[in-house]
Amino acid sequence: MTALDTAFAASAVLAVLGGLFAVTTRHVVHAALWLVVALLGVAGALLVLGAELVALVLVLVYVGAVVVLVLFALMLTRAPIGPDRAHAVGPWRAAGAALLGLATAGLLASVLVPLADGTVRRADVSTTQVAGQLFGTWVWPFELLSLLLLAALVGGLAVARGPADDDPATGVRP
Amino acid sequence: MTLLEVVLRAVAALAAFLVLPLLVGQAEHKVMAHMQGRLGPMYAGGFHGWAQLVADGVKFVQKEDIVPAAADRWVFRLAPAVALVPYLVALATLPVHPGVAAVEVPGSVLLVLAATSVGALGTLMAGWSSANKYSLIGGLRAAAQLVSYELPVVLAVASVALAGGSLSLAGLVEAWSPWWLLWQLPGAVVFLVAAVAELQRPPFDMPVADAELVMGAWTEYTGLRFAFFLLAEYAGIVVMSLLFTTLWLGGWHGPFSDALGWLWFLLKGFVVSLVVVWVRVAWPRLREDQLQRMAWLWLVPLALGQLLLTGVGVVVGW
Repeated sequence: MTALDTAFAASAVLAVLGGLFAVTTRHVVHAALWLVVALLGVAGALLVLGAELVALVLVLVYVGAVVVLVLFALMLTRAPIGPDRAHAVGPWRAAGAALLGLATAGLLASVLVPLADGTVRRADVSTTQVAGQLFGTWVWPFELLSLLLLAALVGGLAVARGPADDDPATGVRP
Repeated sequence: MTLLEVVLRAVAALAAFLVLPLLVGQAEHKVMAHMQGRLGPMYAGGFHGWAQLVADGVKFVQKEDIVPAAADRWVFRLAPAVALVPYLVALATLPVHPGVAAVEVPGSVLLVLAATSVGALGTLMAGWSSANKYSLIGGLRAAAQLVSYELPVVLAVASVALAGGSLSLAGLVEAWSPWWLLWQLPGAVVFLVAAVAELQRPPFDMPVADAELVMGAWTEYTGLRFAFFLLAEYAGIVVMSLLFTTLWLGGWHGPFSDALGWLWFLLKGFVVSLVVVWVRVAWPRLREDQLQRMAWLWLVPLALGQLLLTGVGVVVGW
């Protein structure tokens, strides 16, 4: 095992453990924090594979913005310190979720493990190549996706503002 | 790279991480005092109170480390480390001298941004886990502020990366020319304002607003853990100032840069951090809605305009 293999394995274990704790913990804020651990593990694995751009953007966007947003929403609504028993699922649903997770993991493992004997060459894809593909070949799907996100954003704003004529009793104007 | 070299680089980065924030902190004590017609600390150490921060550190070490009974123990204790360590990572990647940086990686621009955004999680963890309503409000304000100001910072840095055609800090310093001082000026202003806001320094210190929230997310912290948060703040000033120097002021560029590059880098960074201190003295604290308005109505459009300008410049070939 080379040093890179060891680093990859360590990152992968970190990601899997973080993910497991994120879905099994009873503390809702801890789940968000375990998600950070899982994301850092995934970023580490990507870094080992030489995709430093994807790894760093993953940290920047998901840890720096998405998890911060999740924590903001949790603090804004209800984020009790201590286990949250009110939203605990029953044993059947927990068992079903575990079964589904195991089935997915088994499916992935059965596809990927046979490829681990070195038949697949690791491709070194530089940032420049990714940029060329993204803004050359795939520029229209990329722009369409951003348009979709923009539409979702405007829609969210419209829903949040409510109807134009608000309740006159409270005097709140939108 | 031999093991010895790795150890030397790590020790050098750690030494810079421990010394530079203290220098900035001491400078803030004295500069702020003189701007307000005071003297600042004068007794500790004899000459103009140079040992004040050392004395503060000794005081913090002696204090009892208290975890509130209702607090979430692990998150509470981990938060200062999460706030502090990413700045060490960020500091290590900055190019000090032509061809010299503690860590040289291809995507160092993104690495610095990613590291500082992880450091911000420390404040949120502290705010939530303290089981204190002032802390929680401080954490909420910090989260809202970080989400708003992350975007202008990234856009401004992206503009420089576009102009220099590289994602590595060393490559950007190589590509820098004095013409950028004018061409990239709007982005520089946006970055400086947004960086002060990311650090939650006055006039953007609503998350700690001591007149409203006691000490915001840090209210329940004592002793060494509190000191770590303070150190993280000053380390943040150092990292942001040096990053500003690297990206907009040309880093080690200057007369005799082959021999004196490191000196120009540190001097420029120190001047920028003095500006950060000056901003603290000169402006009163903004209100929460003014802060959001400024980010979304001024900084983001300005940064987008800068990005457009840079794009035009790169395509035309200025």
